[in-house]
Amino acid sequence: MTADLLRVENLQVAFSTRHGTVTALHGIDIALKAGETLGVVGESGSGKSVTSLAVMRLLDRAGKITGGRVMFEGRDITHAGHADLRRLRGSALSMIFQNPRAALNPIRTVEQQIVDVLAAHGKLSRANARTQALDLLRAVLIRDPEARLNAYPHELSGGMCQRVMIAMAIACEPVLLIADEPTTGLDVTTQQTVMELLARIQAERGMAMILITHDLGLAARWCDRIAVMEAGRVVEQGETVALFEAPAHPYTKRLVAASPTRRSTLADLAPPGLARDAAPVVTVSRERGPGTPPLLELVNVVKSFGGPTRAVDAVSFRIPQGGALGLVGESGSGKSTLSRLICRLIDLDDGDIVFDGESIARTPAREFHHSPRRRDIQIVFQDPNDSLNPRHNAFDSIAYPLRRLEGLRDGTALQARVREAAARAGLPLDLLQRFPHQLSGGQKARVGIARAVAPRPRLLVLDEPTAALDVSVQAVILQLLDRLRREDGIGLLFVSHDLNVVRMLCDDLVVLQAGKVVEAGPSQSIFQRPQAAYTRMLLEAVPYFDPQRTELLKTA
Amino acid sequence: MLAGILRRVARRLLASIPALFGVVVVTFVLMRVLPGDPAVFFSSGPSAGKEEIEELRRSMGLDKPIPVQLVRYLGEVATGNLGRSMTTGQPVVLDMTRRLPASLELTCTALFIALMFSVPLGVAAALRPGTPVDHIVRMLCTLGVCVPTFVSGLLLIYAFYYLLGWAPDPTGRIDIFAAAPPDITGFFLIDFALKGDWEGWWAAFSQLLLPACTMALFVLAPLARMTRASMLAVLGSDFIRTAHAMGLSRIRIIVAYALRNALLPVLTITGIVFSTMLGANVLVEKVFSWPGVASYALDALLASDYAPVQAFVLLMAMIFVLVNVTIDVLYGIADPRVSVS
Repeated sequence: MTADLLRVENLQVAFSTRHGTVTALHGIDIALKAGETLGVVGESGSGKSVTSLAVMRLLDRAGKITGGRVMFEGRDITHAGHADLRRLRGSALSMIFQNPRAALNPIRTVEQQIVDVLAAHGKLSRANARTQALDLLRAVLIRDPEARLNAYPHELSGGMCQRVMIAMAIACEPVLLIADEPTTGLDVTTQQTVMELLARIQAERGMAMILITHDLGLAARWCDRIAVMEAGRVVEQGETVALFEAPAHPYTKRLVAASPTRRSTLADLAPPGLARDAAPVVTVSRERGPGTPPLLELVNVVKSFGGPTRAVDAVSFRIPQGGALGLVGESGSGKSTLSRLICRLIDLDDGDIVFDGESIARTPAREFHHSPRRRDIQIVFQDPNDSLNPRHNAFDSIAYPLRRLEGLRDGTALQARVREAAARAGLPLDLLQRFPHQLSGGQKARVGIARAVAPRPRLLVLDEPTAALDVSVQAVILQLLDRLRREDGIGLLFVSHDLNVVRMLCDDLVVLQAGKVVEAGPSQSIFQRPQAAYTRMLLEAVPYFDPQRTELLKTA
Repeated sequence: MLAGILRRVARRLLASIPALFGVVVVTFVLMRVLPGDPAVFFSSGPSAGKEEIEELRRSMGLDKPIPVQLVRYLGEVATGNLGRSMTTGQPVVLDMTRRLPASLELTCTALFIALMFSVPLGVAAALRPGTPVDHIVRMLCTLGVCVPTFVSGLLLIYAFYYLLGWAPDPTGRIDIFAAAPPDITGFFLIDFALKGDWEGWWAAFSQLLLPACTMALFVLAPLARMTRASMLAVLGSDFIRTAHAMGLSRIRIIVAYALRNALLPVLTITGIVFSTMLGANVLVEKVFSWPGVASYALDALLASDYAPVQAFVLLMAMIFVLVNVTIDVLYGIADPRVSVS
């Protein structure tokens, strides 16, 4: 047995806050051998990022290691001085971060930033600094590396920025790379190429890696061993396949259950103990004659923002009354533009949008809030944090559309409607007086949904409503949306890049690429027999969490 | 790149013309509405008869209705004639070109001194928030803002001229018995340097130092506080954490990574501070008998001398526009993200 490259022993970290000291890590033990990949999984607040920052000794001023130690290459670095740490960081021990664009200096070029790292560790030969930077960009497989050298981060896509970040991290050939949610927020296809790149570099250089992620699929696909964290503790760790095939700890079981697989249905994700959501519901079947118009119909909708290409190019589809349609595509495919067009927040250039047999494209977007249709089409935004006014409590947020659109004044009528909306969104009524910062992510998502359903709309446009949520919360929110649809007959337009989620929730699917529809049809058939090459690529890129399949992948 | 900048500058300058026009009209009307009759003020004496005053008023064109006067004035402004000062008897344009360099030299030096102190102070405070360093910087800034410039100016004169005798007597730009430099740019420091007269340069510089420090003290606070706030925000950002994770040296992180990003908002504030200083330094000019445009305009205002006041306001408006355009261009050069949009 070889010595461990990194050994974290009983590590404890506390943060001093305004309300006293808060313990973030209650004694973490993890170990890693050279060349090995360890996945650290857990939901937000479980302490995964704090662990990685503590290992790098990058905790901010408020955070402090209060106990335990970090052994790196047989040396205790828990109390190493600044100079020692500086020599270690970036050269032996390196790190890449979530949100790569923000992690790069906005006013320095790619070349300057790579050269900075090389220079910091004396690996730079003045004469051919540019060649060294160029070689690193080639190593991370950036297209057209010569041109990228002079680019600034804002000129690069998110995936490109992460490649530059990786180039910087591997510039001095570290033996351990910590990747903190390296692909969160990137498109599925980009996610896959970035992970493949990391795995390749790791194999070539014999580098060890700690992959921190909330995505069990990603961890299962790429890691040798997994450590599951909950509330500052490692609750379970072991070989990937063994751990996921037979999870022992209840938290691991719950996480595994909540992670969508290729075959799971919404009911499978049910977390135990939520009887109300799990209770059987009566599906409202509405009598619809053959002459009933569709709820929403798009006819050759075109929108361009003045660039050489159209953001939305001749898109047509329809959603039946009470139907659910998934709109998928990568960033830049025009799905957000399309959802804004349907909500009539922006005007279309050409084509028509027909809502319940009546064209709503004639009314300019500026005037649309006077239209009686404004109530019928409501939107739930992606980020539950940023889409709520921090100075409004939950009650005011939900009451706002009622005041604006229905002219309700303060009184029992408004009270009743807000309570009704909150109940439909599964938001406990005692939370109504709370402000956004006093609510959890899932509760904020429910406020956003309650606000959208308050004016009793007939179509809900959901713009990636679960992208910022933990898997267990996501499962509950998805079930809630499904129930709203079945019980109240609300039609759903679900905009997402997460194909698993779309498959479970939606009957129909529209795949967008560069503003055009590349494939449309019933979700099940598209998932089983994708026709377009782009759809196949999207489907293959999804890191399915599937214990049985993981084994196949590892042996293949 | 250069063509783009020039086009943007040209567009901004053109867009500022309506605003300048508005300034001219408003000042003109305001001066007429304010109480005070220049004809009375400038007539030969308290014994002047009614007829003499009427005669003077007619010769100044003040007997005509205000709209007519305004149209005539606008026509003159368009041809570059800003009128004649009743106090000095000189054309206003000539007075201004003599006095503006004095004000500019004072303001620029003061701004330079202020930046030299406020940026390091702000950085020091941001690096150790909540510590004594931070508190001392905050106290200095508060003092600078609280004490009016005429008090701090007099204090400086008392200490360095009266008590210590280090500074020359606070009477203008240069010692009354010394020779002024040849009139090349109007900036004494530059003119002396061009001539190679370093003794004169030093004399002019020592005259300049006290008033400049007085003004610098006053604007220390906004600059230092802005540097601190913006530096704190940048130090907490992701790319600083990246720089630490990559093992960059502390000094490099602070200077090349944090400070360069943090200076962007400071640049904007500097523009505003500069414009404010140029107009608001009248007290400093009075205390130090500095022959600048602000004290000139104040004298004219007290004498109901219309032309210099109107010209002064127009000049300030033009400088404000120029400073803003300059800051815009500098910002575009310093921040690559701006030039894209």
